[in-house]
Amino acid sequence: MLKILKYSFMDLMRSRWSYVYFFFYLVLGFVLFFLNSDVTKAVITLMNVIIVLTPLIGTIFGVMYFYSSREFTELLLAQPLKRKTIFAGQYLGVSLSLSMSLVVGVGIPFVIYGIFGSAAIWDFSTLLLVGAFLTFIFVALSFNLALAFKDRIKGFGFSILMWLFMAVIYDGLFLLSMMIFDDYPLDKLALGATLFNPIDLSRILILLKLDISALLGYTGAVFKNFFGTGLGLLLSLIMLSVWVLIPGALMLRQAEKKDF
Amino acid sequence: MKIEKLLIIGLLLASSLSAASRTVGAEEALTSIGEAMKVSAPGDTIFIQPGTYREETIYIDKPLVIIGRDYPVIDGMNKGYILEVRSDSVTVKGLMLINVQKSYTKAYSAIHVYGSKNFVIEDNKLRNSFFGILIERSKEGLIRGNRVIGNAVTEQSSGNGIHAWHSDRLTISDNHVEGMRDGIYLEFVNKSEIVGNLSRNNVRYGLHFMFSNDDRYLQNRFENNGAGVAVMFSKRIDMRQNEFALNWGSASYGLLLKEILEGEIVDNTFHRNTIGISADGASKITFSHNNFDNNGWAIRFHGACYDNDITKNNFRHNALDISYKGPINGNVFDQNYWSEYAGYDLDKNNVGDVPYRPVKLFSYVVNKTPETIILLRSLFVDIINFSEKVSPIMTPDNLKDNRPLMKPVEIDDRS
Repeated sequence: MLKILKYSFMDLMRSRWSYVYFFFYLVLGFVLFFLNSDVTKAVITLMNVIIVLTPLIGTIFGVMYFYSSREFTELLLAQPLKRKTIFAGQYLGVSLSLSMSLVVGVGIPFVIYGIFGSAAIWDFSTLLLVGAFLTFIFVALSFNLALAFKDRIKGFGFSILMWLFMAVIYDGLFLLSMMIFDDYPLDKLALGATLFNPIDLSRILILLKLDISALLGYTGAVFKNFFGTGLGLLLSLIMLSVWVLIPGALMLRQAEKKDF
Repeated sequence: MKIEKLLIIGLLLASSLSAASRTVGAEEALTSIGEAMKVSAPGDTIFIQPGTYREETIYIDKPLVIIGRDYPVIDGMNKGYILEVRSDSVTVKGLMLINVQKSYTKAYSAIHVYGSKNFVIEDNKLRNSFFGILIERSKEGLIRGNRVIGNAVTEQSSGNGIHAWHSDRLTISDNHVEGMRDGIYLEFVNKSEIVGNLSRNNVRYGLHFMFSNDDRYLQNRFENNGAGVAVMFSKRIDMRQNEFALNWGSASYGLLLKEILEGEIVDNTFHRNTIGISADGASKITFSHNNFDNNGWAIRFHGACYDNDITKNNFRHNALDISYKGPINGNVFDQNYWSEYAGYDLDKNNVGDVPYRPVKLFSYVVNKTPETIILLRSLFVDIINFSEKVSPIMTPDNLKDNRPLMKPVEIDDRS
């Protein structure tokens, strides 16, 4: 598995798109500091970008890589190798290289502008951790979809739809249900609903880290009591890990059974 | 004629000579301040030498001038009030007052002024005082340059820094109040001025008005209090050039207006408060030339706000500029600068050509269902805000600034 991981990783490291992705974050980081040298504010702006963009890039890259390396995968399948090792290796290779582009790309400008001396270091590390988690989650989800559809167009379409659902539609339904049921106590529902969407969960985790949390009023206090404690943080990290593990496991199971 | 003049001068001299000056100190004839009060005559000046004086409540029942040299420490030993001022024309200056009894039934304070006129309380330092300076039924007093520092934890077990009740024409200036319940509290206090004070880290409000009319407060700074300033049930309050900063917490705000009529809020700065101004039942108020920057909400109008005039303010980088309930009620938004304004100005007259709508759809939704605030900064919210901006459906149609400014208004604040 390590060999396949290494191969996929090196393959992507050599690919142009990894560099584009890496330079995008690098430039974004520098531009943020050029416009405003306050590290805390840069973290907030970056949050908005990372929450939307890492899932999208993870999805598109995952599908793209899966389809483009399909022939190579078929070649590997002809070898005496376990299917699990092949797909797990490819999955980890893609996720790791994307996460690395993110961490290094954003990390360099922040290190240069003195993140280590700043109080925002923890917010920043949470942000990167969450970004990496989102990458892993959405690559796994997109691999699932790519495995399910042989047709590229269908695979792409459903992946984008999945991203759209998680990033936009879910929140819309969430908002709508809260408005419809606003005669009932909603904070438990809101708490539950955020746990079931990794993008929302990440957003709340970072929002609560930043002092903007005071805006959230009473609901914020409920959330802060939950996520702000060590237990809440642990639970949300566990939840994010579950979001990685379940799609990952599903993907492997599907790969085992699929007739290539 | 000449003789009469001479007589008058002679009389004046005699009266001024009769006002003796006495000194209290460890090595003086008088060693306790209480004793000095008994032997002194009206109009005397009493100097207090440096040192520590352990005194029970000291009554000042005649016009006296009490001046401390190098802040002599008067220790109330946690027994009731320290200084009880019960006479007109008393001056208390340069003392360090410590240890006032805590009580849940009586408002014990370091300096208690009752029924006095023309008093001066200046340049004192108060530590561990339950209430700091308590003024009741008094007129024309000056409270200047005092430092009241406490370590209040809860509202129930702490007192106010400067507390005035049923008093008129007071001047409260250049004081520093920190770590008390309310920094400055005024109840039934009319025609008074509160100038240049610093009130911070107080458990409840920096400055609190109740049933007080015709007062002015200007050039004060309110920082990191439970809430900055609360103005309640008062009329004609003039608020100028104050700074409301860092009043940050889940139920915190810079300025609370509750049942207020005809005030003026001009040239103030609201910086990094959860809510800049929270207005509930505030009517006929002029808000102009204020800076609102980096607040959660710049202004939150709850209900029953009529005929307010919000003109020529700067709204910069607030998470939500205005939150509004109900119909427009004669409130006017005009010629403000909004950092989120995305319109254009073809004729270059510094007035945008398309109106600005300060109430976002999301802010409207949050007002209806507060729990939805949890979706703040999500992509979905950005999308619905944008679509509402393009074609407003939900937000009040006539709530808009028809002449938004392209450049910020020059503001005459203190900085």
